[in-house]
Amino acid sequence: MNISDYLCKEAVILGLNAASSEEVIRELGGKLHDQGFVKEDFIEAALEREANMPTGLPLGGEYNAAIPHVDIEYVNKSALGLATLKDDVVFYNMVEDDVEVPCRLVIMLALDKPKSQIEMLQSVATVLQNPEIIQNLVHAKTTEEIFEILS
Amino acid sequence: MAKTVIVSCGTGIATSTVAAKAIEEACKAAGVAVITKQCKGQEIPELLKQGADLIVTTSTMRFDPGIPVVKGLAFLTGIGIDEVVKEILDILKD
Repeated sequence: MNISDYLCKEAVILGLNAASSEEVIRELGGKLHDQGFVKEDFIEAALEREANMPTGLPLGGEYNAAIPHVDIEYVNKSALGLATLKDDVVFYNMVEDDVEVPCRLVIMLALDKPKSQIEMLQSVATVLQNPEIIQNLVHAKTTEEIFEILS
Repeated sequence: MAKTVIVSCGTGIATSTVAAKAIEEACKAAGVAVITKQCKGQEIPELLKQGADLIVTTSTMRFDPGIPVVKGLAFLTGIGIDEVVKEILDILKD
């Protein structure tokens, strides 16, 4: 199981010029909604979740990532969206929510069943644990490149 | 008797799934019998009533549960994973 099996190509945004995490979540959530993967209220739920329980992850390399996601009730069908950001955007640390994490990569998870996407989730974790892959994703110039890196 | 580990995250379905699986595998490798229970952060008090030996969380803890808490971000990022696994096993082996 590769991430690319779940990645929605219409929800891959490269070099997004965003001023805030809210903007990133609205962009990515909007694309997933356009493709029918998530419900109307997914974006508001993701924003609320991010404000209360942030999803920023310090990765120890040059770039950090955030993985916004919400409860299954806002999702029609499992999918992933991915945005690389033009400049770092501040998210907050998942396990210490008063600590800023400047992120350059955002992988949005839409999950339609609890615990069922273990392989997909593990592949996301595998990607997050590999600074070279993160670097390649951030520097990718085309959507095809993103898919190649993740395959 | 198997030890009980509450594994919590923001939604109880995503990052705690990765952490729970990793904890089960690490305990199995170390010969420690373990039961993991996944939940959202706010569901921890309810699960505590049924008894637990340890909480591993990938979201911010907002209260003192009275049992050991280990931050489990390493299961996602890989940073300091060996230390976190050792910490968990040391607590469960007591």
